[in-house]
Amino acid sequence: MIRLEHVERTFSGKQGTVAAVKDVSLEIQKGEIFGIIGFSGAGKSTLVRCINLLERPTGGAVYFQDKDLTRMSEKELRHYRQHIGMIFQQFNLLAQRTVLDNVTFPLEIAGVPKKKARIRARELLEIVELSDKEKSYPAQLSGGQKQRVAIARALATSPEVLLCDEATSALDPITTKSILSLLKEINKSLGVTIVVITHEMKVVEQICDRVAVMNQGIVEEQATVQDFFLNPKSQTGKKLIRSTGEEQGSELDQDYIRLVFDGQSSSEPILADLILTSGERLNLLGANTEDIGGSAYGQIMIEKPSEEALRKIRMYLEEHKISYEEVNNDE
Amino acid sequence: MMNSQITELLLTGIGETFYMVVVSTVIAYLLGIPLGVVLYITDTNGICRNRIVNLITGFIINVVRSIPFLILLVAILPFTRAIVGTTIGSTATIVPLVVAAAPFVARMVESSLKEVDLGVIEAAKVFGSSTWQIITKVLLPEAKPSLLVGGTIAFATILGYSAMAGFVGGGGLGAIAVNYGYYRYQSDVMLITVALLIIIVQVFQEAGIRLVNKIDKRIR
Repeated sequence: MIRLEHVERTFSGKQGTVAAVKDVSLEIQKGEIFGIIGFSGAGKSTLVRCINLLERPTGGAVYFQDKDLTRMSEKELRHYRQHIGMIFQQFNLLAQRTVLDNVTFPLEIAGVPKKKARIRARELLEIVELSDKEKSYPAQLSGGQKQRVAIARALATSPEVLLCDEATSALDPITTKSILSLLKEINKSLGVTIVVITHEMKVVEQICDRVAVMNQGIVEEQATVQDFFLNPKSQTGKKLIRSTGEEQGSELDQDYIRLVFDGQSSSEPILADLILTSGERLNLLGANTEDIGGSAYGQIMIEKPSEEALRKIRMYLEEHKISYEEVNNDE
Repeated sequence: MMNSQITELLLTGIGETFYMVVVSTVIAYLLGIPLGVVLYITDTNGICRNRIVNLITGFIINVVRSIPFLILLVAILPFTRAIVGTTIGSTATIVPLVVAAAPFVARMVESSLKEVDLGVIEAAKVFGSSTWQIITKVLLPEAKPSLLVGGTIAFATILGYSAMAGFVGGGGLGAIAVNYGYYRYQSDVMLITVALLIIIVQVFQEAGIRLVNKIDKRIR
């Protein structure tokens, strides 16, 4: 669907040239939800802007449906952009237009007659559950509602791809969840390929199929979300995964065991079992678990106990098929 | 000494002033909006970067803006005569008013456009908008409230200029203030004309602000 080949984007400013994206090659499959995760300044936003050429790559090629966008004329490019929707962290709605007129905007640009555009816009507002707000203005909506309007607008021209640039970063956790499930639903029901840029692991966990980890303009690793979560390979990946909850990036400095839950029953009292089997008072360092549809997702970090207890814990975990990793920080 | 003659004089003056100021403001905007748009889109971060066009347009605008209005008024008399055939009266005053106001309006338009959120422009590009579509469907509509505020400021400024034109044969309230108040020492007539000018500015300012509050959808 989308293929980036050795994409490069450098900015030249007063302090010399800065390479925001260095030699990135990626392939995004039709119908998947692809995550690009990294800390601030990793080059994620620049990379996603290279996909629809909001930023023109200074090197490499961007293929969309096997056509190189970087070689197209402005006019051709504008046409192709209608196949690639995008939503933003700050929503970027037109403040002086009603919700309905915001959604018809891309259709207006594409030259669709007004009447037809309105019918289509109302369909989309129904999908994002905002039919009752069509006459409101963006200033009258909450952040979550604004993002829903932005999603409806981005889907107006029936694009094959939807790019999401930190789409939930300005939203509270509950709204984030509802926007993410809306995106997932759109992906499933409309078959829209989605590219998600985020710095939050929970976004990747909740909706992505595959993920690329970015750091300093380079993709450090690519994996399915499951593999990545069980066994991150890059330094940045490890940092993102092992950090606890809200304070991402702040890594634990002692030795610990990380238990990973990827969808097994959440009813088992694993922590209690571990304490009983090991016979030791285990120290919980951090946990970050969520119940998604009756299954447990997330991780628990326990301070490394004595060798004897560790042996028993390993046995228990292997017996119950719980994935884990032992992290030694003095290595 | 308020007699019917003076009243009639003042009424004609009000009429002339409105005629000059409204027509000048409209023409100044017809010229100023495209100029302001050019300044904005050719700027370093604009959607149609062009350093040379930006520098030249900016330079011309700055030059005209730097010339004191009374000097400009006299300096372009031949130009005025070439266009309207005379250099005295209200219609003749419109020419220098437009020349003086258009660059000022261009700068105001530019600054209104700069208030438009860059993210919104980026979104418009994402949906495949052409430069023309961005200008007509995004920039100008989104800047509309700010443009209207600018319009009321421009109106008051042009009104002030038009009064000055009274010294060199322009019409309107300014001419009455100069001819009767200044040259004939009828200070009561001068005071009335000044009071009328104040009222006109007040009314327009107030009406403009109310209109802006009504159409601006950002405030709710």
